Amino acid sequence: MIRVVLPAHLRALARVEGEVRIEIDGPATQRSVLDALERRYPVLRGTIRDAATQRRRAFVRFFACRRDLSHEAPEAPLPQAVAAGQEPLLIVGAMAGG
Amino acid sequence: MSEVRLLVGTRKGAFVLTADGKRQNWDVAGPFFGGWEIYHVKGSPVDPNRIYASQSSGWFGQVMQRSDDGGKTWEAVGNGFAYEGTVGTHQWYDGTPRPWEFKRVWHVEPSPHDAEVVYAGVEDAALFRSDDGGRTWHELSGLRTHTSGPAWQPGAGGMCLHTILFDPQRQARIFVAISAAGAFRSDDAGATWQPINRGLVSAQIPDPAAEVGHCVHRIAMHGSRPHVLFMQKHWDVMRSDDGGDSWREISGNLPTDFGFAIDVHAHEPDTIYVVPIKSDSEHYPLDGRLRVYRSRSGGNEWEPLTRGLPQRDCYVNVLRDAMAVDSLDACGVYFGTTGGQVYASSDAGDTWSAIVHDLPAVLSVEVQTLA
Repeated sequence: MIRVVLPAHLRALARVEGEVRIEIDGPATQRSVLDALERRYPVLRGTIRDAATQRRRAFVRFFACRRDLSHEAPEAPLPQAVAAGQEPLLIVGAMAGG
Repeated sequence: MSEVRLLVGTRKGAFVLTADGKRQNWDVAGPFFGGWEIYHVKGSPVDPNRIYASQSSGWFGQVMQRSDDGGKTWEAVGNGFAYEGTVGTHQWYDGTPRPWEFKRVWHVEPSPHDAEVVYAGVEDAALFRSDDGGRTWHELSGLRTHTSGPAWQPGAGGMCLHTILFDPQRQARIFVAISAAGAFRSDDAGATWQPINRGLVSAQIPDPAAEVGHCVHRIAMHGSRPHVLFMQKHWDVMRSDDGGDSWREISGNLPTDFGFAIDVHAHEPDTIYVVPIKSDSEHYPLDGRLRVYRSRSGGNEWEPLTRGLPQRDCYVNVLRDAMAVDSLDACGVYFGTTGGQVYASSDAGDTWSAIVHDLPAVLSVEVQTLA
């Protein structure tokens, strides 16, 4: 079980409150977590990563365990504490006004 | 008793404003999708309770929303806008080639014939169609792949397809407009396209009378006379009497002919409205006076409409999708401003009042006249 914290606008879009808890198959990576997240909440397709290129949207960042994982490879293992459900993966909208 | 429903898109959400046929007392619902940019909201002429909204953000991209109950509840539908085939290049602001890249939906245009069919005009400029109420989208790629495509360039707001008009007398005829490429027409339901910009003159391009490259801001038509088109170009208000084959200037006595919005009276095909804006870099009314100009002669002779509009210290803009007319008698005219006001006239423009004063910057206004 992976814990994911979505930004407020995406929680509203997915109609969820608080943390999202999702099950994944195989190793916990950015890709496997996002694949599972989008399967469960199809409305999130294209909002975190580009639907065609699968690249992270420029104003979205991935943090966990006080580290910035935004530039890790999509297939790289997430920190053990995230994989074990002890720490959440934080999906964060960039701190930019507007 | 008839009812009027205004669909207002703003920088920070959508609003639905309703009134009875007197159009004096308004109910304001919203914001819907608070915090998101709502470029356009429009209802189906076939089923007015079916409404589409383009929801986007610089953070999270494009979402399309659909309501089937007149805007009370909404459901996210499909946001898969993938260009078909090879993605070519257009010109960037500096004149260098740049690959097409989807950014957002500027304009949604539900079919007048089928509630399941809806078109979307997007940035970077292309036309998409859905045949399943917005769940899936496919590109009508004959437009983007027109031989002139590599010469198209973005206007200040981006390279957007912002105008989609259907000819009520010729079902296969569609008009679109793109900033800054110009106007295009299809006579085969969107399969192939031709530029229709003869007569447009734009000093900002190397050949001022080029086939493409013109910053067309908006085109309007009256349904009873679809071969007559009215255009607000970057500068110049233009008219075509031959379905876009040729254009002539009708700016006449306007104090400035820069602007964005243009619309046609619901019952008088030669009565048209524009909101003159000072210049291409000064996007506010001349002399701080917000004036709608009306021509009752199809152009050239214009009268200022000022009653109820601020006549001092007003420096808002009225964007291209932010004007609409209802089909009641007398015709209602509506427009929204970047200052968050939505103004209404229930007497064809003679007098105005603000329905709301303090919305986020208004991007679009559409109106539905309900029985």
